[in-house]
Amino acid sequence: MERIPILKLGAFLLVTIQIDLYDRLALHLEEDLVAMVEKKSVKGVLIDISAVGIVDSFMGRILGNIGSMCKLLDAETVVVGMQPAVAITLVELGLPLKGVYTALNVDKGMELLRSKIEIEDTIGDDYDDDTSPN
Amino acid sequence: MAHTLNNKKSEILELWMKNQLADSGLRDDLISNKDLRVQSEELVNALITNLNDNNINNSQSPDFDKVTELLGGISISRARQGFSPRETGNFILTLKEALLEILRQEPSDVNVLFEESLKLSRLLDNFTILTFETFIKGREEVILRQTDEITDISTPVIKVWDGILAMPIIGTLDSARTQVVMENLLQKIVETGSSIAILDISGVPAVDSLVAQHLLKTVSATRLMGADCIISGIRPEIAQTIVHLGIDLSQIITKASLAGALQYAFKSLRLEVKRSALEVNGIANIQ
Amino acid sequence: MPVYREQDVIPYRSRVREYAVKIKMGLVSQTKLITAASEIVRNMLKYANGGETIIEIVSRGRDNGIRLTFDDKGPGIADIPKAMKDGFSTGRSLGLGLPGTKRLVSEFDIKSEPGSGTTITIIMWING
Repeated sequence: MERIPILKLGAFLLVTIQIDLYDRLALHLEEDLVAMVEKKSVKGVLIDISAVGIVDSFMGRILGNIGSMCKLLDAETVVVGMQPAVAITLVELGLPLKGVYTALNVDKGMELLRSKIEIEDTIGDDYDDDTSPN
Repeated sequence: MAHTLNNKKSEILELWMKNQLADSGLRDDLISNKDLRVQSEELVNALITNLNDNNINNSQSPDFDKVTELLGGISISRARQGFSPRETGNFILTLKEALLEILRQEPSDVNVLFEESLKLSRLLDNFTILTFETFIKGREEVILRQTDEITDISTPVIKVWDGILAMPIIGTLDSARTQVVMENLLQKIVETGSSIAILDISGVPAVDSLVAQHLLKTVSATRLMGADCIISGIRPEIAQTIVHLGIDLSQIITKASLAGALQYAFKSLRLEVKRSALEVNGIANIQ
Repeated sequence: MPVYREQDVIPYRSRVREYAVKIKMGLVSQTKLITAASEIVRNMLKYANGGETIIEIVSRGRDNGIRLTFDDKGPGIADIPKAMKDGFSTGRSLGLGLPGTKRLVSEFDIKSEPGSGTTITIIMWING
């Protein structure tokens, strides 16, 4: 059975979707990813869709679901690398992609995740100006 | 009749050329008399050779394919060269004059002459219509190309700082334009890896609910890509219309000026613009 | 081209893309068309257990386009104006189905007979 590989990258998980997802594959991804977040207790998930040409409402729902589920497990989800044509189509379709953050590329996505996690960590910590990222 | 005309091909051409050259609207600045003669000869040949008593009533006949092709080519090239419709139309209308004149010189019965003139007239009228149609088509192509050029020119994306893009929009924002704006902006965001885009609408004459919707779409698409979009250049009267129309732009970061937007962008990228201290020292040293 | 199983969706989309590439449709229009097609076939699978599809190249003056037809023998839609309103959905989807899809394409036509099926035709022109 074909599965989308999930890589652990430091404190985060990285999923690169290279092919058009058919329904079962997408549902498996959702399952695997959530299991992995819990098992490795990661704080962030990066989903790279730069190679995806079509995001319809089904796929949009999967992405949104992953975001909401990870949030319940205390991890943030960032969808990175969306193609301009895909973004325009989603807006026209009226799909807001709730529950996930977006970033231009994997680097920027990591940066975003780090800043989100840091904000959470600093809550309750003593205020310390030196810890701000560069 | 076809036979008669076939025998008088050279006379027709001469008469036609005379008519054309005598016309006050002759554009010898756009086309040399020599070229005009070549064009005319080709057309007379194509018409007379293919004309017979059967197809004279049917301008659509495949026999005239050569004629329509020639006429099409001539009128399209004239449209591009900047001939007026009247000048282009006169080309074929003077041919009709010449043909009818030749026909009149033939000794024949008045009724027969009338019938033949009528037929010939109808045929040539159809060709005239064709000439106009192709002429207009040629002009339309020119217009279409210019429209495309204008849309391209009027939506430049400027990289104002590392990670900051600006796009000044000038002119009315309709759906077609919004598409171009969105595509250009998003493409440039990917290319430059910019995380902030500023849409400056100081050059947009009016913002109604449709334009506002287009702006909202652009902002949403930018956000989906993972960048932020600021709208700047909102004039007071535009702010008034927006509120009076009940358009909700509260989800968008709006700034009155491009400078304000840039300031916001710098702040969110944690950049600072400072007046350098060096200059103050320099002045102090002079004293 | 028949679409009766979930696995048929991806090959169907690739087919539509082939046609769109053949007539040199812009990338954004291609994406919109294929997304719209994807929405409709998914609906068709969900409510009517699939149906037949046709892909055609059409022209209008000097403009070319692609026409997609979706024909199913499902339960049909009783109230089309209501189904075309934003937010309406009978299934457990996001409720942007038909109106969202309509916004993606140049022309959208739907005919439905409750009890005997639904036919949806969409056209995407290269120049709007």
